[in-house]
Amino acid sequence: MKTSLKALVAAGGALAALGMAMTTTPAQAQGKTITLCWAAWDPANALVELSKDFTAKTGIGMKYEFVPWTNYADRFLNELNSHGALCDLIIGDSQWIGGAAENGQYVKLNDFFKKEGISMDDYMPATVVGYSEWPKNTPNYWALPAMGDAVGWTYRKDWFARPEIQKDFKAQYGRDLAVPKTLDELHDIAKFFQGREIDGKKVYGASIYTERGSEGITMGVSNYLYDYGFKYEDPKKPYAMEGFVNSPGAVKGLEAYKELYKCCTPPGASNSYMSEGLDAFKSGQVALQMNFFAFFPGLYKDPNVGGDKIGFFSNPAATTQATQLGGQGISVVSYSKNQNEALQYIKWFSGGDVQKKWWALGGYSCAKSVLNDPGFPNSAPFAGEFLKSMGMVVDFWAEPSYAQLLQAEQKRVHDYVVADKGTAKDALDGLVKDWQAIFKEEGKKF
Amino acid sequence: MNELSASSRIAYPAAAAQPRVTHRLRGLSDRALAWLFITPTILLLLAINIFPLIWTIYLSFTNYRANRANVPTRWLGLDWYQSILTDPDIWAAMQVTAHFVIWTVIIETVLGFGLAFLIDKKFRGHGAWTTIILLPMMLSPAVVGNFWTFLYQPQIGLFNYVIGFVFGRAPSSFQMLGDVTLSPWAIVIVDAWMWTPYVMLICLAGLRSIPDYIYEAAEVDRASKLRQFWSITLPMALPFIMLAVLFRGIENFKMFDMVNLLTGGGPGSTTEVASITLKRAAFESWRTGYSSAFAIILFVTVFGLANIYVKALNRVKSR
Repeated sequence: MKTSLKALVAAGGALAALGMAMTTTPAQAQGKTITLCWAAWDPANALVELSKDFTAKTGIGMKYEFVPWTNYADRFLNELNSHGALCDLIIGDSQWIGGAAENGQYVKLNDFFKKEGISMDDYMPATVVGYSEWPKNTPNYWALPAMGDAVGWTYRKDWFARPEIQKDFKAQYGRDLAVPKTLDELHDIAKFFQGREIDGKKVYGASIYTERGSEGITMGVSNYLYDYGFKYEDPKKPYAMEGFVNSPGAVKGLEAYKELYKCCTPPGASNSYMSEGLDAFKSGQVALQMNFFAFFPGLYKDPNVGGDKIGFFSNPAATTQATQLGGQGISVVSYSKNQNEALQYIKWFSGGDVQKKWWALGGYSCAKSVLNDPGFPNSAPFAGEFLKSMGMVVDFWAEPSYAQLLQAEQKRVHDYVVADKGTAKDALDGLVKDWQAIFKEEGKKF
Repeated sequence: MNELSASSRIAYPAAAAQPRVTHRLRGLSDRALAWLFITPTILLLLAINIFPLIWTIYLSFTNYRANRANVPTRWLGLDWYQSILTDPDIWAAMQVTAHFVIWTVIIETVLGFGLAFLIDKKFRGHGAWTTIILLPMMLSPAVVGNFWTFLYQPQIGLFNYVIGFVFGRAPSSFQMLGDVTLSPWAIVIVDAWMWTPYVMLICLAGLRSIPDYIYEAAEVDRASKLRQFWSITLPMALPFIMLAVLFRGIENFKMFDMVNLLTGGGPGSTTEVASITLKRAAFESWRTGYSSAFAIILFVTVFGLANIYVKALNRVKSR
């Protein structure tokens, strides 16, 4: 009895030791954990899944700090500005790069890239300029392009395919109801669906960005402004904005955006951004939705509006065709105490296989090895449109004073589009004045 | 040792330790001992109240930006003050704030006093009603902001449904938060809903502090109920009402959280109260010097108005 008890205890101990050994990850063994900061959205979940491979390979544990989009800039810019060491790695918005580089908040990665053989030529040029470089178009890198993104559109493919709807549309507009190629066509489609009854339910035309508090309406209206010829500055004379920001084309673009808002959005859509757009589309309220490509994998999987019911298209053209850049690069925070481990993560993340898996899990790789693969356009229903969009992206200012510049546009545009104050010309003239004052305060000459 | 102190020791055993303490602190005068005790509090006050205030005043004369600590700080004198006081956007924000403060204070005072007057009648179940009425002020402004955002939703919101039902309109035919005319009133309604109970509570304390014998004397003098209200109830409750007005006025002048959640200052800048403008300048644009100057202007405004008001309150109390 005594012997068997001893044997039982020994066996139990051995089992427990084996169990401990099996559950102890290399990370725990090494005892290092790094924190990655990003927005709380679908791609972040994909990154958590992907990063398990990093922990398995290196033994470095991963912690995450994900913040909803509406508080993302506030939260992390406060963190960076207060020299906080919460984030070892940060996937920061593309517009932060100027401020973060000039204020010494990000680690410059040129030497590291050189040492590790990471070449920016392996990434899509627009993403390198947008997410990594400061000053723009110079080989000074502060981030590795991590999450490619742009504004695109979704539509209710199943509604478009209905014969009675097709017939009504043709009778009204004299053409087939199809994916819009121009912003005028998009307006017609939105107007056609506005207030229409489908399956006994009143539906609306389009969900577009109108949010006031952070960056919403700017991210939305830009898609119209760019298409109508808006430019941030004279290409030959930096910071000279008169006649470019408020060009006749830009005025027309702003008027067109307001028209779309007034005629064809659901009631109460005066403060909508990404999540409100998703809600409107998923609940079957709207025929068209403006949103970032990052959400499209999730929408495609949606049991109610996904699969065969959803279609995707890039921002249609007006006098030209462009779209608002989204997406981010991944940077090492200069206040981090775990910079070596953070750099190891970047090295791992830049790997070809990792980038392929990143795309497969729902992230948008910026690597040419993924995007230039002949099979890429057909790898997902939105892949081809994403590729097309990444070839025509334009980004907002990435200056250190970007937040002030953004606030000015938010106010001017919201005042005109939602609050009906003044004309489009007044709004853009006012915006030029605001931006000139901000750049003057920054000591810029124009 | 005299008799009294001996009896004290018997009555309060804890005091037995006192001689040992005095023994240890022997050599310190009463004054020094007093300083010893209050110094930590004064230091704490200096560190968390007075120093930040002085620092803010200093920053308001500079071009300092908290996110660019490596940029040399330049003395600007009164530039920011001049720029703020001549900025039409700032005056627009002050107008929005004034509209919000004036209307919320009027509505909350009238309704709060009315409710207090009714609750004071001690009808059956008045305790339960008091608790129910007090519920909104116990909620967090963040919860209230989100909760009312749903209530104001044109398609599914209860508020729109009720108004639509009463006035025979489609609930989605108007939007409280997205309409330039309605949104300033939307935030007034929510604040009044949340804080009227607070005013009621203060007024109730005032009404309950009026001795019954005054009413009894008035009854003997055959004063009507209306006369009793105008000559006894209102004047005697007035200091409490004025106190409630002061508290709500100061609070609403600083209002941020609820308005930010409901409208974010929109549509356009229709509901952009001064604190939202200040927050944007300080923590989004990182114009620390500018926002310090704006904060000082707001502080002086509230402080000045509150002082004038307190003087009036004291005059009413001394009557």
